[in-house]
This record gives sequence, structure tokens and C-alpha cells, in this order.
Amino acid sequence: MAQPFLKKDDDHDDEADYSPFLGIEKGAVLQEARVFNDPQLDPRRCSQVITKLLYLLNQGETFTKVEATEVFFAVTKLFQSRDLGLRRMVYVIIKELSPSADEVIIVTSSLMKDMTSKTDMYRANAIRVLCRITDGTLLTQIERYLKQAIVDKNPVVASAALVSGIHLLQTNPEIVKRWSNEVQEAVQSRAALVQFHALALLHQIRQNDRLAVNKLVSSLTRGSVRSPLAQCLLIRYTSQVIRESASNTQTGDRPFYDFLEGCLRHKAEMVIFEAARAITELNGVTSRELTPAITVLQLFLSSTKPVLRFAAVRTLNKVAMTHPIAVTNCNIDMESLISDQNRSIATLAITTLLKTGNESSVDRLMKQITTFMSDIADEFKIVVIEAIRSLCLKFPLKHRSLMNFLSNILREEGGFEYKKAIVDSIVILIRDIPEAKESGLLHLCEFIEDCEFTYLSTQILHFLGIEGPKTSDPSKYIRYIYNRVHLENATVRAGILLQPHIFVLLRRCLFDTDDEVRDRATLYLNTLVADGAVVETGEDVKEFLFGSLDIPLVNLERSLKNYEPSEESFDINSVPKEVKIQPLAEKKAPGKKPTGLGGPPPGPPSTIDAYEKLLSSIPEFSNFGKLFKSSAPVELTEAETEYAVNVVKHIFDGHVVFQYNCTNTIPEQLLENVTVIVDASEAEEFAEVASKPLRSLPYDSPGQTFVAFEKPEGVPAVGKFSNMLRFIVKEVDPSTGEAEDDGVEDEYQLEELEVVAADYMLKVGVSNFRNAWESMGPDCERVDEYGLGPRENLAEAVNAVINLLGMQPCEGTEVVPSNSRSHTCLLSGVYIGNVKVLVRLQFGIDGPKDVAMKLAVRSEDEAVSDVIHEIVASG
Amino acid sequence: MESCPSIKNILLLDSEGNRVAVKYYSDEWPNNSAKEAFEKSLFTKTQKTNARTEAEIAMFESHIIVYKFVQDLHFFVTGAENENELILVTALQGFFDAVGLLLRGTVDKKEALENLDLILLCLDEIVDGGIILETDANVIAGKAASHSIDAAAPLSEQTISQALATAREHLARSLLK
Repeated sequence: MAQPFLKKDDDHDDEADYSPFLGIEKGAVLQEARVFNDPQLDPRRCSQVITKLLYLLNQGETFTKVEATEVFFAVTKLFQSRDLGLRRMVYVIIKELSPSADEVIIVTSSLMKDMTSKTDMYRANAIRVLCRITDGTLLTQIERYLKQAIVDKNPVVASAALVSGIHLLQTNPEIVKRWSNEVQEAVQSRAALVQFHALALLHQIRQNDRLAVNKLVSSLTRGSVRSPLAQCLLIRYTSQVIRESASNTQTGDRPFYDFLEGCLRHKAEMVIFEAARAITELNGVTSRELTPAITVLQLFLSSTKPVLRFAAVRTLNKVAMTHPIAVTNCNIDMESLISDQNRSIATLAITTLLKTGNESSVDRLMKQITTFMSDIADEFKIVVIEAIRSLCLKFPLKHRSLMNFLSNILREEGGFEYKKAIVDSIVILIRDIPEAKESGLLHLCEFIEDCEFTYLSTQILHFLGIEGPKTSDPSKYIRYIYNRVHLENATVRAGILLQPHIFVLLRRCLFDTDDEVRDRATLYLNTLVADGAVVETGEDVKEFLFGSLDIPLVNLERSLKNYEPSEESFDINSVPKEVKIQPLAEKKAPGKKPTGLGGPPPGPPSTIDAYEKLLSSIPEFSNFGKLFKSSAPVELTEAETEYAVNVVKHIFDGHVVFQYNCTNTIPEQLLENVTVIVDASEAEEFAEVASKPLRSLPYDSPGQTFVAFEKPEGVPAVGKFSNMLRFIVKEVDPSTGEAEDDGVEDEYQLEELEVVAADYMLKVGVSNFRNAWESMGPDCERVDEYGLGPRENLAEAVNAVINLLGMQPCEGTEVVPSNSRSHTCLLSGVYIGNVKVLVRLQFGIDGPKDVAMKLAVRSEDEAVSDVIHEIVASG
Repeated sequence: MESCPSIKNILLLDSEGNRVAVKYYSDEWPNNSAKEAFEKSLFTKTQKTNARTEAEIAMFESHIIVYKFVQDLHFFVTGAENENELILVTALQGFFDAVGLLLRGTVDKKEALENLDLILLCLDEIVDGGIILETDANVIAGKAASHSIDAAAPLSEQTISQALATAREHLARSLLK
């Protein structure tokens, strides 16, 4: 038993692999074609060889000119055979070989003989072959036969002649037009397909004669057209007539509408559908006209045939764009098509529902679309995108989810048309829905980062150039645009260059948060100027590029980060000129717990920009103007005490704010309503104006409380302040972490705090002191000599003066070589009111360690120069 | 849309997407590699669908394609994007049924290749230069199989003549009912 079974299995394998054309080779087949020349033709064998030749051609094999000619000549010999089957194959291969004009002559007589044959099959095929390979000159010779063939009683022959006529009309219209009478007669044929072919040809002959087409339609719509295909043609022609006559009918019924409506009751589905579609496409179709068409399409929706469902849903989808109400009746049937196995049908159903549905169904439908977006063809994705676009415009509130959907599919694979549809949609949404602008632009930016379509990149960049500057933070888009400048091909770069808007963006880009981007923007601006593209702004650029930047870059960067885009443009003068302060390390236990939810803002800000941000966020201090300087934190408590407090002095033009950074180091306590009571009795020029208590200070979670003083504007008022920490203390259960409801008011003495002259001076260095000194000039120079009394050494004296003035030592002159007897120290700074100050100190030490000092001050304001002397004199 | 319905191509592929017989009527595909690329992506796109009981439909590269599968044969008819889908499916059904008649119901790749001449004649009878010639499967098969009428023809291979005889018989039966 095993043996036959095995054998059968083998047979099966053979079958699977078996092909009569296995191992077929062109050369061998061409050799075989020599049998066509045998005096005794073997029709069976010849048919096989032709089949092999056709197989090769079908598989994409090509014959050289010589090979084709050889085969063609050999094939012509086969007309000698009277074998019908072989003749059929000969006809097919002649058409496939598409012989040249001089070769055609060889077979013309044979084919003409067949055209007049008594055998219908010969006549029909000879006509088709001859008309396919012939040129105009031959056509006049055979015209008589063709005209006869059109009215041949054999429908196959008539159709062959009519279809050939349709092809010939393209090349020899004047000849074919002479056949109208015969064609017209053929339209009345009882054979379905003859009628179809005749109608197609007759219409093509007369298509430029509107009146004739009108007459044709009028007569045929009254009569009976038997062929469904011909009926479909008639519906198309009728639609054309309706379209062209629409302008002439002001009143009442549309001509031929009744005919179209009647076709909805035809027995052939293709006719019903053709008519329904024609009605939906009528210009200005009314809902009354639409209704019967929608009804038949609705029936098709529940057909078992996918093709019918597809055709119906595709048409209804189009109708829904212009007449959504008319389609709502089909919504229930549409809903069931969402789960259709055919993804195309499901997509069309969903997008139709998107057009006809209401806002509440959007999210559900979107979810369903997402599940099969990857399964469907680009064409359908475009349909989906268009639906989503119109949906978004209809329900702008849904823009977030719809925009997200668009951006997600934008990241996926897809062809150009598809991507273009997405981009176009996003662009339209950005334009029409202001809320969607920012997210939309960012999606586009991300897209061009990795966009394979140059056209889209340039379009998006152009669009960014227009829309980018209008956004709240244009600098966001710069990076993307700039990346393209370097990475993209010339077209894209040119696209970027072409737009004047980029200049705006680049200007803004100068203030970008990323200093690399700034640098590049500057560079690029310069390039633009060099190219002469934006000449009028050249001066600005030059100034920016070559003018000296007298502020530390770090500070500039910080200020720019803090800069909130507003009506006011960024003022470079508002950048703090103080060299970055190294904040004292917070004296906190390592491994401190994170701030609990609802707790005070975490940890004290450690840098000047953070200070600025913090202070400007407090309403009481918001009108104090520009923060001039923030001191380093000064400790007001000893290390390892119950409460750790340090203070930062914030100097404004007319105010001083003390920021007390408090840390509660007792786990069993919760401090509430924490304030610092400041006694300013030793600071006569200061008056307290505001105090901002700290609501709650839990264990090991630093918080800030503030006290603000008013002082005379522009005056370097100094004074001593004594501080008392006042708070309500509540016991905390360490196991639960919960505080008791009742607390006790308590106080804690802090150390004194001083505001000194140096607090009004910013440490701002100059790169070349000598140049700066000389450019400042002697106009506001003040020079005097001071005795500093006995000092440890020269270095100590130098440091004391530097600290007293709070200025930036330049060129390393703060370092005093040991055992020096004299030293020169150079200082620079900016005094409150933004006055640049330069100081030259010459120290000398004599025997008993008495230090003498010559102080030379140059500044932009002689009053300030005097102030510096006063500081030193009183220090 | 005033033009005559037209067919862009008719494809008969095997279960791996290889050609059994194809016929292009549109010059949208300028060369063989363009055609093969189209067939390949079309095949991949439709491969997993069930088009065995009813003809299926797909939209693909701005074409409407209707298709039907039987055994290891995949039948496709391609038309323009705005073509009446039901006309295309009529042509597909005509081709599909005619091949069924010509292959005596044993419709698979092997049979199709062994009777490739009939398949090619069948294609030749359905569409001429993109214009539908005939959609009735019986008429198509009848015309394609008519070439054995010349009884005098000496047949070297008995199987082929038998096949054709059966096809004729089948045809006669379906014409009678």
C-alpha cells in the first residue's frame, strides 16, 4: 500500500512543478519556427510553436528586429493551411508581432482574401488584424469591405468592423466618418454587442456636433436599447446632453431626467448603477432628484457582492461631500460596512460617516480608522485625509485629535500624493483653526526633518516662513529651517532663500535659546548680506556681527531664555552684566527627600536668571523694574542649627528685596506662616514696603520668604538689618507625617545683614583694560590717594579694596606676587544705573606695613566716579 | 464621462504572482518592467483577500481592479478610476467563466498552461484594444474553441483534441439549457 501512495505523492510533486513551457528558450523556439516553412504543414505542430512564441512574448521576452521579421515571414506561409485553429493563432501572433509597413504588404492580400471569405470567423478576424496593422493608404482599398462588414448579418463580423472603426477613428477620422449611415443602421441591430459598438462609434463620429448628439440621445432614449453596455453608454451621452443644455432651461424639469430615473429600474445592475451615478453627478442636483438614486445605491450597500457594495459606497461617499443630508438615510447600512472584509469598502463607509455624522461620533470613528489605516491603499488614505480635513473644519473643537491623527500618519510610509494630501490638510487646518496652528507647525517641522519629497519640503519651509514669525515662539522653528539649510539639496535651499520671511526668522533666531543656533543664524544672515539678498538690513547685521558684545554670553543666554515673547522686543540692555555668580552650595543634608505635592516651590533658585524669574512671578515685586544685581547667599544661621537660613540681596534701582531661604531641619515640626521680621533702624534710608510670608515649611523642604524695602533711587544706600524668624510651629507625628491642627507661635533670632556699596556694583570685566581705559577718556576721571593703615601684606589690602568695591579684577591683576612692595590692580564694573566704571589701583607698602593707595577712577558719569571715591573713603 | 468603457489590462497570474497570460491595452505601462512591477504590487495587495466566491474589488494606483481567484489562478481586470465597476466585473466574469468552460472545470495553472492557446484566444475574444468585444462566457469560449472544427487536421496529440472535444461538448450543453 505504501508504494502506490508514495508514487502518487511523487506524481503530485511533478504536477505542481510541471509546466509545458519548462526550460523553454527563445533560440530553440525560433529554430522550431522553421516548421512553418515545411511544404507539408503540420497545423497541430505549428499551433504549438505559435503558442510557445506567444508564451515567450507574454513572459516579457523580446524579439530583435531580425528575429521578429523572420518569424513574421515564416508565419505568413501558414495562410496556406486551411486549418481553422491554426489560422486563429496566426491572426493572434501577427497582431503581437506588429509588423512594419513594408512587412504588412506581404499579408495584405491573404487577409483581404479572408475578409471576403464565407467563413464568419475568417472575416471577423481578418478585419481586426488588418485594421490593427494597416495604415491609411491601405484603408481606402478595404473601406468598401469594412462598410459591408458593419452591416454584416453575423454580429461577430459587424462588431469586429465597428470596434476596428473606433480604433481607426483616432488615426483616420475622415475615412471612418464616411461610414455613418452603416453605423447608424448597426445601432438598430438586434445583436446586443453590435448595438453597443455601433453606438460607441456613432457617438464618437458625432461627438463634436452637439445637435447630432442631442438628436441621437432623443431618439434612443425613446426607443429600446437592448444591450446593457449600450444602455450605459446612452446614460453617459444623456448626462452629457443634460450638462450642455442645463444653461438653457430656466424652468421646471430637467430634460431626460425621467430617462435616467427609468434606468434605475433596469434589470441589469450595471445600468442601474450607471444611472444612479449619473443622477448624483448632475449639476445642481436637487434632493428630490437625488432620492431615487440614493435609494437604489442603499440597496446595493447590503449586496453580497463586494463590487456592488464598493460601487455604491464610493458613489455615496462622493455625494456626501456635497449633500451629506441626502446620505444620512444610509447611515445604518454604512455602519455595518465599517467591519467589511474589504478594507476599501470599510474606509469609504467610515469616511462617508465622517461626512454625514455628528461631532459625538468623531472619536469613535477615528479610533476605527486608525486600526486599518496601514492596510489600505494610498488612494483611500487620501480619501480618509480629505474626510478628516473637512471634518476638522466642521468641528474645530476636535482639532487636537484630528491633528494628532494627521501627524501620526505623516510619520508613516507613503507615496508623494498621500503625503501631499496630509501636508495640504495640515496647512489648511493651520490657516483656518488658530488653535491648531502651533501644533500643526511643529508637526510639519518634524516632517521636513526626514522628508524624501523635495517639493513638500520647499512648500513647508515657505509656509513656515509665512506662519512662523506670527507664532508666540518663532525661534522654535528656526532649528528646523536651519537644519534644512545645511542638509537639503539645492532646490530646498533655494526655497529657503527665496522667501523674505526667512530673514525675520533669522533675526529672531539671533535670540534663540540655543547659542549654536544663534551663531549659525548670525553667520547665515551675514551670508545673506554678502549675497546682496537683503541689503537694507546689512548695517544691523554688521553691527551685530562686528560690534563688541559687552555682556557675558552666559547672561545673555539666560536672559534670552527668560524673555517672554510679547509686544516688547527683547532689549539687549536688560541683560545682567554681572559675571555669573557661583552660588554657594546649599547646606543641606545629602539625600534629601523630594518636595511633596502641594509643597512650596522646590529649592532656592541658584542663578541670577532664576532669581529674576522668581521675583517677577511675585506680584508685589513686579513693579520694581529691572533686577540689577543679586548677591551670593549670605548665611544668617550657624551650621547645624534647627533652622537654616541664608539671604540673597536683590538690588533694584529703587528697591532692595531680601530673599530668605529657609530650611526646617526638625522632622517633628511643621512651620507655617514663616516670615522674617526685619529691624531697619540702622538703615535709615530704607523703608519696608512689602513682606511675603512662606505659608508652610515642612521638614527638609526649603522655602523662601521675602521682605522688600524702598530706597532712594540711584543712591547706593547702605545699612544694617537685624532679622528675626517668626513662624507658627506645629508638631508632626513622625510615623504618619501628619501635623497637629494647633500650632504655637515662635521666633528664632537670625544674624544681622548688611547692604554695602559693593551690592550696587556689577562685576563686569573688559577684555582689554588699556583700550577700554583710553577710550573712556580722562573727562570723568577722579584721582586721589588714600592711606589704608597697617595691613598684613599687600595682597590682603588689595583683596579688601576689591571686595569693598565689588568690581571685577581684570587681566589677573588681583594676584599679588609674594613679597611685592608695590602692585597695580585693574578693576572694571557696572555701577547701578548702568554706568560703566574702570578703576586703576596703585598700591605701595612701606616699612611698618602701612599701605598707601592711589585710586584712579574713570566712568561714563563723573558723579559715579565721585561715588567710588566716597565708598573707598568711607570703607 | 462620455467615453466608451475601456479595459486597461487583463491579467491571469498564478498563486505566486507569476504570469500565466497577460494582455495590456493601455500604454500607461511603457515597458515590461513597469508591467511586472504593477503585477507584483497588485498581487501582493490582493493576495490575502478572499476572492473565491465573489469577485473582489480594489482601488490601486488610480485604477479600479476587479479580481477573482480559483485554485492557483488569479484573474484580474483593470479599469480607469472612474469606470463603472460593474462593467469591469462583467468583463472579469466573462473571462473567468470562459476559461472555466475551456478547461472543462479543471481550472488550475497546469491546465491553463497546457491550454495556453485557448487562454490566449479567449483574451483575444473578450477585448480588442481596450474595448469590450464580448462578455458572454459561452460565446467567448465557443469562439476560442472553434478552431478544431476542421476535422481533417491531423492531430499528433490525442489529449489536446480530447480536451477540445470536451470543451465543445460542455459548450453545447450550456448552450442548450
